[in-house]
Parts: sequence; structure tokens; C-alpha cells
Amino acid sequence: MAHASHALDRDMMLPPAEAETGSGVYTEKLGMWIFLLSEVMFFTALIGSYLILRVSKPDGWAAPNQILNVPVTAVNTFILICSSVTMVKAYAAAADGNQAKLKLWLVATVLIGATFVGVQVFEYNQLIHHGLVPGGFVAGRELAEAAASGAAFKGGPALPTSGGLYGSTFYTMTGFHGFHVTMGVICMIFVTFKAFQGKYTATDHRGVEVIGLYWHFVDLVWIILFTIVYLI
Amino acid sequence: MEHVAHKKHPNYMAVFGGLFALTVLELGVAFLPWSKVAIVLMLIFLAVWKALMVALYFMHLRWETNRLRLMIIAPLPLAAILVVAVIQEFR
Repeated sequence: MAHASHALDRDMMLPPAEAETGSGVYTEKLGMWIFLLSEVMFFTALIGSYLILRVSKPDGWAAPNQILNVPVTAVNTFILICSSVTMVKAYAAAADGNQAKLKLWLVATVLIGATFVGVQVFEYNQLIHHGLVPGGFVAGRELAEAAASGAAFKGGPALPTSGGLYGSTFYTMTGFHGFHVTMGVICMIFVTFKAFQGKYTATDHRGVEVIGLYWHFVDLVWIILFTIVYLI
Repeated sequence: MEHVAHKKHPNYMAVFGGLFALTVLELGVAFLPWSKVAIVLMLIFLAVWKALMVALYFMHLRWETNRLRLMIIAPLPLAAILVVAVIQEFR
């Protein structure tokens, strides 16, 4: 009876015969797009909360380049854009059946993506050294003393008193983005291994396209974050 | 040996050049002696332009089916309405 029940459950979930694929794209790609749409809402929650906090408490934030290192992050933004180009080049190579270029561009994407994460770790290290942690300014460090003095800091206005909102929103948004890039690099390593095994052909390179969609989305989110966190 | 006719691809390097140029422009705009509102509006415009270039050309939305594009665009106004509506409460 138990077997019959399981069979019934399976039958219930089967699509009707001759069912077409959703939206005219293959299943894996549609699945990735649906996942990315859930990511849109995830990042909307983070970015939206940040914007609401900025509007509701206008004096809780430092001016651009006062605390965050905009030149280093601008270079990192350029690095991530480069990785999007190598990714799309890998896709084009796969579509052309050019195995050598596919492997080359995938390896380049892994390396450049890992470099982005490395620069972000360097940035966090520098910020913690100067005294910005998710809870705000660390007592006794440069930023806490500058905030306590109430004087103009690095060509801008005085720093916010505790830096709590600034630190928590900064690390939450950039941290979740960095986590996404790290997961992307790990998945990309998997795809690269499969490419070296010759699993992707000109007629079937779905894995390259699907990981590419995720990678470009992460790049797109960084474009928004770079503007609202570092430049505004 | 697999013989495949090479597909025609968009000029990805031109898109890359555009993204690079817009990023440089953003850095210039961010530190201009303009009013804060003007700078914020300009930076948002540039960021949306860059995001569109990535979505249309790198994610190939420009060549996707209308049904898929509609599915992807549909939640975006809802996300924007959510944020704008809640901001009104805290202004």
C-alpha cells in the first residue's frame, strides 16, 4: 500500500503530456532566472532598508571617501566588470565550440573573481584597523577619536557619533554581496573543471550560460551598491 | 573534430568600454561641487544605465523571448514601490 501511495504522489506531480517548457527557455535557465528574481527581492530588502535608514537619520553617515576607500573600491569595481567580460567571452567561446578559449576565459573569471574577494578582505582589514566594525567605531581607534572630537574629518564634515548604523549597514550589504561572489567563484571552479573534462559543446553549454547569468547578476548588484554605499 | 559555424556575438568589448567609461564618469560626478540632490540623481541615472547594459548585453535580455523579459521586469516596479512607499513614512 505504501508503494502505491508513493506512486500516486509521483503521478500527481507529473506535468501533462506534451507540456511545453516555461517561457520558451530551457528549464535550468528558467530556474536560474527565478532564483535571481528571489535575489532581487533579497537585495531590495537590504538596499531598501539602507535607503530608508539614510533618509530617516541623515546625520548617521560619513561623506564619500571620508572612511571608505573609494579609489581602491573603484579599482575593485573595474575588476568585477572585467570578470563579467571574461565570463561572457567564455559563453561565446562555448557557443562557438572553441574549447581552448572556453577554458582560458573560465580560468580568468575564477582568478579575477577571487581577486575581487581578496581586495574586499583587504578593505575590511583596513577598516577594522582604523576602527570601523559592524557595531560602529571601536573605542580608542582613529575613527572613534575623530568622531568624539566633533571636528571636520578628512575634508568632510564631522563623523557620526557612534558609527553604528554606518558600520552595520556597510558590512551587511557588502558582506552579503561578497558572500555571493565567493559562492559564484566556488560554482565557477566546478564549471571550469567540467569544461576541462570537455562537458560543454557548441550544441549544449547550458552550465556555462546559467553560471554566467548568476555572475552577471552579482556584477549588476555591485554596480548599484558601489553607487549608493560608496559614492552617495 | 567538431565543426561549428561561428555564431554572431554582440561586441562585448564595446559594452566593456561603455561600462568602464560610465564608472570613470561616476567617480567624476561624485566629487563635483554640485548640490547633493543633483549628484544623487546623476549617480542613480548612471548606475541604472550600467545595470541595463549588463542585463541587456551580458545577460542577453535583449535577445530573450518577450515572455521571459516580462517575467523578469514584472517584480522590479513592485520592489521600487515598496522602497519609495516606506521611505515616505520615515521622511
